[in-house]
Amino acid sequence: MITVKELTKRYARNHAAVDRISFEVGKGQIVGFLGPNGAGKTTTMRMLTCFLSPTSGTAIVAGLDILEQPLEVKKRIGYLPETPPLYLEMNTGEYLDFVGRLKGLSGAELTRRIDYVCERCSIADVRNKIMGKLSKGYRQRVGLAQAIIHNPDVLILDEPTSGLDPKQINETRDLIKSLAGDHTIILSTHILPEVEQTCEQVVIISKGKLVATGSVHELQERARSGESVLVEVAGRNGEIDVAAVLQKFEKVPGVAKAVLKEQRDSGSVFEVASLQGHFLRGDLARAVVESGWDLNELRAAAMSLEDVFLHLTGDDAATEAQTIGAGEPQVPVEDDQEVVAKGVQQ
Amino acid sequence: MRNVWIMMRKEIRSYFVSPVAYLLLTMFALLFGWFFWVTLRAFVEHGMEMQMRGQAIPMNINEEIIRPMLFNVGIIGLFFIPLITMRLFAEEKRTGTIELLATSPVHDIEIILGKWLAAMTLYACMLLFTALNFAFLFRYGNPDWKPLAIGYLGLLLLAGGLLSIGTFISALTRNQIIAGAATFGVCLLLWVLDWVGGFETATWAQVLSYICVIPHFESFSKGVLDSKDAIFYLSLTFLGLFLTARSMESLRWRS
Repeated sequence: MITVKELTKRYARNHAAVDRISFEVGKGQIVGFLGPNGAGKTTTMRMLTCFLSPTSGTAIVAGLDILEQPLEVKKRIGYLPETPPLYLEMNTGEYLDFVGRLKGLSGAELTRRIDYVCERCSIADVRNKIMGKLSKGYRQRVGLAQAIIHNPDVLILDEPTSGLDPKQINETRDLIKSLAGDHTIILSTHILPEVEQTCEQVVIISKGKLVATGSVHELQERARSGESVLVEVAGRNGEIDVAAVLQKFEKVPGVAKAVLKEQRDSGSVFEVASLQGHFLRGDLARAVVESGWDLNELRAAAMSLEDVFLHLTGDDAATEAQTIGAGEPQVPVEDDQEVVAKGVQQ
Repeated sequence: MRNVWIMMRKEIRSYFVSPVAYLLLTMFALLFGWFFWVTLRAFVEHGMEMQMRGQAIPMNINEEIIRPMLFNVGIIGLFFIPLITMRLFAEEKRTGTIELLATSPVHDIEIILGKWLAAMTLYACMLLFTALNFAFLFRYGNPDWKPLAIGYLGLLLLAGGLLSIGTFISALTRNQIIAGAATFGVCLLLWVLDWVGGFETATWAQVLSYICVIPHFESFSKGVLDSKDAIFYLSLTFLGLFLTARSMESLRWRS
């Protein structure tokens, strides 16, 4: 549905806000566009919506090139900028009427769509209110309503949950999720749980460069490739010789590093990192039991997307990414594996 | 064309749901009313004086009231035009609604024309108040209506040019005060540029005098429709709208 090809935006002084980004989004998917503030998320979205012109590269949205047929592309895109573009002196109904007409609706069709989006976004109760008096949550929902009013194929949402309270965030996420299927959605955010909860696919960018793409699951797996295991060990009488345990662990084949992570009442927690390709859990359990200690807990330290994100957008990743010739999105992905592995080993 | 109408309707609505339009109309009506009253009193005094002297020199309402009053409208208009145009684009840029317009399936020029036509409409509403005053002249006197109509046409053409310049300046900034002040400065400058003609006859001075907007109104105020002057105002309008379009396009490159 969306194919981004080498999209680049340079501002004055040759500073590249977005540098040769390429990725693809399938029909009906929700894609999380993830990156720290200032990574180039908004710039990319503005280019996709034909608000900004790319310096080079292009994108195909719903089968149409954003450079060649911007007007047709705009008809198929619903866009919610970071601040909802509301005319605060208008009331909600008038505003939706105006936007609907601007997007090419009229007559009975327009009335029907306004009713539909009001119901869908739960804003029917503020239809006759001046928008300047609406709360942030309502404004966001009116913003979403104007984005879907012309039933676009593609929805582009720039930080749709920023500035909302937790309840509103959940409501907005549910609303966005319910919109997928009918619409292909790209949403940008710097909040990770949002991506984990809402999106199927993730595109991570940092400093204007593409760092990784893939499904949420894939990215977590990738980050875990150098496995890290948490082991809680206790001695028979409650006392334990930390140095002895560490020594024992380091002798287990495939262990890169073992550190004491936490002292609990029930025992001591160690974090053991493996070399790539080794799975330690069995060996570690045996080592503990053989030494006569109690094994209270043994689990893989699951990498949250947060860890993945920090690894990928950290300084390591940025320098790695700069040396990689972009254009083949798979290439940085492979290199990132190393970066992640290195990170874990440290 | 449909999109122009949609934009224009939205702009007119936002003039009239806020106090802006009412304030402008009131102030304009007040100022014009004052000018009108003073001019009319002078005219009546003059007429009585003539009668007392027993002289029967014919007096002409068109020449002595309508013509100077039309000129006054033109000048007062210079002060009101920045107030009409300053918010047109600056406001949209400040609140971010420009993103909505620029990502909607409409051409830039449709947005610009819609906004400019809305500004023209508000100016035309101000002219309606002057018509109210002039109506008294028709009730109690017998002026010729054709020069008045041509005068109004001239005012609209003059305003069209200045409003398009104001629209352009508003598109350059996100600050309404800057847009208003700059437009005000440009309007005043365009008013006084021909003063240089008083002492200088070199080509550059002639060019400056020609650019000045007020002398081109001379013919209209006399009730003469001079195509040369009409074309001058139309070119000015075109220039302003063209520059606005370029400025909107440049948004796509800088932001």
